[in-house]
Amino acid sequence: MPDNETMKKEVSQAQETKIARRQFLRTTALAAAAAAAAGGIGQLVRQGSLPKDPIGDATIRKIPELTTVPKDDKADPLIRMQEELRRAMAKPVEQRRWTMVINTKKCVGCHACTVACIAENKLPPGVVYRPVMQTVMGTYPNLAMRFTPRPCMQCDTPPCVPVCPVTATWKRPDGIVAIDYDQCIGCGYCITACPYNARSRDLGENYTDNTPALQPYEKQSNYEYGKAWNRQHHDSPVGNARKCHFCVHRLEEGQLPQCVTTCIGRANYFGDANDPESMVSRAAASPNAMRLLEEKGTHPKVVYLV
Amino acid sequence: MREGEGTMKRGVRLLLWSLWIILAVLGGMGLYERITGGHRLAAYGSYVVWGLWVSAYIYFIGLSAGSFLLSSLIYVFGVRRLEHIGKLSLFVAIITLFMALVSILFDLGRMERFYRVYTSPNFGSMMTWMVWLYTVYFLLMLAEMWLALRGDLALWRTQKGIHRVIGRTLSLTQNPLTEAQKQNVRHWLKRLAAVGVPLAIAFHGGVGALFSTVAARPYWHTPLMPVLFLTGALVSGGALMTFLVAAFWPKRDENYRQTVIFLGQVVLGLLLFDVVLEWAEFSVPMWYGVGHEYDLLIKMLFGEFWWVFWVLHIALGTLIPLALLLTKRDHPWAVGLAGLFIAVTFMTVRLNIVIPGLIDPHLKGLMMAFTDHRLTFEYIPSFFEWQVTFFVVAAGTALFYLGYKFLPLTDEESALPPPRGED
Repeated sequence: MPDNETMKKEVSQAQETKIARRQFLRTTALAAAAAAAAGGIGQLVRQGSLPKDPIGDATIRKIPELTTVPKDDKADPLIRMQEELRRAMAKPVEQRRWTMVINTKKCVGCHACTVACIAENKLPPGVVYRPVMQTVMGTYPNLAMRFTPRPCMQCDTPPCVPVCPVTATWKRPDGIVAIDYDQCIGCGYCITACPYNARSRDLGENYTDNTPALQPYEKQSNYEYGKAWNRQHHDSPVGNARKCHFCVHRLEEGQLPQCVTTCIGRANYFGDANDPESMVSRAAASPNAMRLLEEKGTHPKVVYLV
Repeated sequence: MREGEGTMKRGVRLLLWSLWIILAVLGGMGLYERITGGHRLAAYGSYVVWGLWVSAYIYFIGLSAGSFLLSSLIYVFGVRRLEHIGKLSLFVAIITLFMALVSILFDLGRMERFYRVYTSPNFGSMMTWMVWLYTVYFLLMLAEMWLALRGDLALWRTQKGIHRVIGRTLSLTQNPLTEAQKQNVRHWLKRLAAVGVPLAIAFHGGVGALFSTVAARPYWHTPLMPVLFLTGALVSGGALMTFLVAAFWPKRDENYRQTVIFLGQVVLGLLLFDVVLEWAEFSVPMWYGVGHEYDLLIKMLFGEFWWVFWVLHIALGTLIPLALLLTKRDHPWAVGLAGLFIAVTFMTVRLNIVIPGLIDPHLKGLMMAFTDHRLTFEYIPSFFEWQVTFFVVAAGTALFYLGYKFLPLTDEESALPPPRGED
């Protein structure tokens, strides 16, 4: 009968709607659960894969005390800073907070720090950790030049660290932002993320390319991060991102960074900001202290006295 | 040889083949240099780290997302006027994704370590999300492609020659598909495509977000960037599909004409929307003539490379296509030509995203601080970089041609169920 048929159709339509609704809810629930699971696993994986630097007593270094030179207030700043470095290295790594202060009034623009850094870290063409910016101000006859060396700022909130897709870069307990040359895939994202342009791309060039012989100095290893890196045979750090690391391999041996040691104007202070007696802590507290690009919110650890 | 191929004039065929051979030879040389010499002859460096290859990557991946989203109009939303081009769209999306990935692989400093993004990912990085999402998207598209072709491949089993071999290998079935099996295929296609839509939006929005989240580069640091990327993908991918259908569809019947006209309308709408967004992109930082970004944009629009924007992108890529799509909307040749112009010149939009973001440092003193060709804020792609991109284009077009010849991409098997009333 027509009525029964209509009723059957309505019933089957209602059932279909019910089934469709159930399927929709089921699918949505599954999708939401999958998304939540993915997000959770993602966070776990992220935490789990951050490099774990050694901390605690294993990181204390017993640097020999200087006995042949006076270390009082009249001594060369380098001697005094080396003594402060010795004191800082006697603490576990997480209690140190490396800071650099650069006095632009003392900087004469000789670029020795740039060259010394290149020599110390055996940097190839295209890679420079510490260029010295020269700004000419005013118009003739009232001209002035200001020299501003620009190492890596070792920011407290580094914009280069979170962007790395393979966790090849991280901030150490002592504040230095490090790169693992064995992990880096050379995508360049961290290089675009630095507002100071402090990172460089090592594209595998040598100074003596296209000359009759590759010179021996180019074939030697460098010892960044306390490990031997040899660029021959296209090995890391060829292809990687590279940057200033406050010569952490020298700090381990009780030596100041090369740029600080070399500076003829004694324009650099380097040390542990957690030590209130250190030269660097005192210098950083000057009223004419400023930081570069503060508005970027990176909290750089390099302070300039202007 | 299909019916339509005979319609292409001999001269045009010769021209296209010659062009391809030139691209392939130069590209082969570029490939060899990249593998043996690394980045030696590239013009990018430590300051301008990303150049032509990254621009090519975002261009091709935009084409892929756009073609894919166009195919989803068919498989998810059942747009009947496009029902025959679903397989071609999917295939183009796969090929252009492959081209994008090859392009970006060559840009890596350590190509052999690309798998690390999968084995030690950092999910705080937008790049990780992008890679994982487009990997899932790629696998999903392969599955969709197989499903979409299955019906035709099953039919090919009964034909002769190469079609028979391909049909037997790929269809994984003994007989032509029954109606129930076809229904099942359509059901799964719809499901996959439905998942693919938010996936494509997520991954391509992610590509845009990769740039826009970088606070250090004010030129990129705008919430508009992911939206621009998605719109650009739809415009360029849609335009590419329009051109390919208009130029290469074998059967030139009324169906073909209606499909091309409809595609033209879709592309026109998207192009107009893109124009509005680009107006926002430029007018907002430039309106009052003051500010850091204003200076950079003046340099981009009126500096050495003014013609890249005004001639290639605006004149050839926007105004001429608009004129064609508005005045000659009923002529497939005009619609196809408009599609070609938009699709090809969209590369300039991508170049104008990547490069201006990197040539303007915050610390101006760095420009003169150290003399080295890798430590300069100027960038023009070297011929070597163009060669490698030629290789990618030659490889992609070759794969497209092979698929066009040896897969049932343009066969009449429809993606959609029969019109209502028969369900």
